[in-house]
Amino acid sequence: MTRAPAYPYIRSKDQDCATPARHPVVVVGAGPVGLTAAIDLAIQDVPVLLIDDNDQVSHGSRAICFAKRQLEIFDRLGCGAPMVEKGVVWNLGKVFFDERQIFEFNLLPEAGHHRPAFINLQQYYLEQFLLERLRALQAAGRAVEIRGRNRLVALSPAADGVALTIETPDGPYELAADWLLACDGAASPIRTKLGLDFVGRVFEDNFLIADVVMEETPDMPVERRFWFDPPFNRGQSALLHKQPDNVWRIDLQLGWNIDKAEQSRPENVIPRLRAFLGPDARFELEWVSIYTFQCRRMERFLHGRVIFAGDSAHQVSPFGARGANSGIADVDNLIWKLKLVQKGLAPASLLESYNAERVAAAQENIQHSTRSTDFITPKSEISRIFRDAVLDLAEPYPATRPMVNSGRLSLPTTYEGSPLNGPDSANLPANTRPGAPMMDAPLAQGWLLEALDARFHLISFNCKVEPPSHLHGLDLHHIALQTDADGGDYLRGRYLGTAKAAIYLVRPDQHIAARWENYDATELAQALARAIGREP
Amino acid sequence: MTKLNLDANILRPDDFYAELIAAHEGLSKAESDALNARLILLLANHIGDRQVLGQALAAARKQQHKA
Repeated sequence: MTRAPAYPYIRSKDQDCATPARHPVVVVGAGPVGLTAAIDLAIQDVPVLLIDDNDQVSHGSRAICFAKRQLEIFDRLGCGAPMVEKGVVWNLGKVFFDERQIFEFNLLPEAGHHRPAFINLQQYYLEQFLLERLRALQAAGRAVEIRGRNRLVALSPAADGVALTIETPDGPYELAADWLLACDGAASPIRTKLGLDFVGRVFEDNFLIADVVMEETPDMPVERRFWFDPPFNRGQSALLHKQPDNVWRIDLQLGWNIDKAEQSRPENVIPRLRAFLGPDARFELEWVSIYTFQCRRMERFLHGRVIFAGDSAHQVSPFGARGANSGIADVDNLIWKLKLVQKGLAPASLLESYNAERVAAAQENIQHSTRSTDFITPKSEISRIFRDAVLDLAEPYPATRPMVNSGRLSLPTTYEGSPLNGPDSANLPANTRPGAPMMDAPLAQGWLLEALDARFHLISFNCKVEPPSHLHGLDLHHIALQTDADGGDYLRGRYLGTAKAAIYLVRPDQHIAARWENYDATELAQALARAIGREP
Repeated sequence: MTKLNLDANILRPDDFYAELIAAHEGLSKAESDALNARLILLLANHIGDRQVLGQALAAARKQQHKA
């Protein structure tokens, strides 16, 4: 099937320059992470060039599960609404062991949030919405450009930038970048060319992922189903998820000693799917892939002027939707810092906090992912005995249900102990401590997170303060809230607890930098300086 | 910190021991292993206290049977 290019190759004037054109930021890779990075840079007024060796959105659905925090990031970037509208919202998860359903759980998020816990959406739709947003920004005059069929073939990093050689259908040309963002995926050519490490654990297992289109499936509700050791895939696991357009994701564990090429042939895949879906199911195979996964990360994500984000920097198993989601969180963390450094408002050392915070997040994701994998695929006899005991007990008793691990679904990381974190007040609720992401809440009109943009914000609850609107060369946007208004209970519970008043300093990525019960102009100035890397 | 109780704490210990062995009667090795695993999980859940559980794991691991 030939598709029209989503961002066709067009010859650029950079290809006719006598000396290489210099760009403040070049992003390599137009997947979900690279597109998000480019949009965020454009919104924050940093000129950006995005290149990709392809000219298409993703082939096959690939990443399909996008979490609430990522939807909030897309809302900030102005493209969350079409994703939620197209996506499938699901809350119910069912767990099966052998032939029986042993229990079900409801992910229904607590009330008082604008966005659902998760949506399922094919990666190609996500990329299409991102691309549309990028085009809209471009049309509005923002300095953002995407170049298809531009393949990075060589790079040479220096202290103040990176020299690039790009291959195109018209031959190669040279470029220079002040900063290079490597969003070029798990097989990252940039990482390879620079000879950087990528170590971790390979899991000796293969999984068949298939997307099937099934019309008329009234008996298949919108829920996540997970099987341990089912009759149709003995000794292995299976997962079923619904996507938009009547597409269903099926994930079957195959074991280690298989012939991958042989197993991914339709004549071998279809009987497996038939055994699963039943003899009468009418389905069409849309996409199939066999993968072996790994849990690994780079030791550092920051290498001088080359910055790694997403799969190029870290990889996890698919259980838990921690791949694309964590890559999107990477760039949410990075872009405001890169902007401040690029504009001379913060020292280059601020970027070290990107490394510290996102390495910690990757470590957390790898730990969750490794534990899920060890539960789904026990690695020893005794491990299997305990796994089965947990599952057997889960049916009659609630006692072991929390131990059943078919993937711990992606939640944002709290940056505990980050060098950017400022003062805390012990009386205020733990969930919104410094380092944590803001929790959404309804306001008298609209939602709390809708009121936040890519600036630093000072949010005061139940107190009259007059903070400066500029500090350390930055805009500081003040939002004054009262908890006696509509939605006040959620605000009070999430930001005040038993305290009467509070003041929160919030970073551009909506993580909390510092908080107090009383306003103090000197402490605020110190906390903001710290949050932009100006204080030790 | 709650300390793991390593003093004798079960009334009529001979009766309990007999009950424990009887629970395994007629089971294959695999079935017995599974029963033990279920038992450990239920007891661990009842105790709940992670510090106590940690001390129990360490105490049990330390006293390996020397063949």
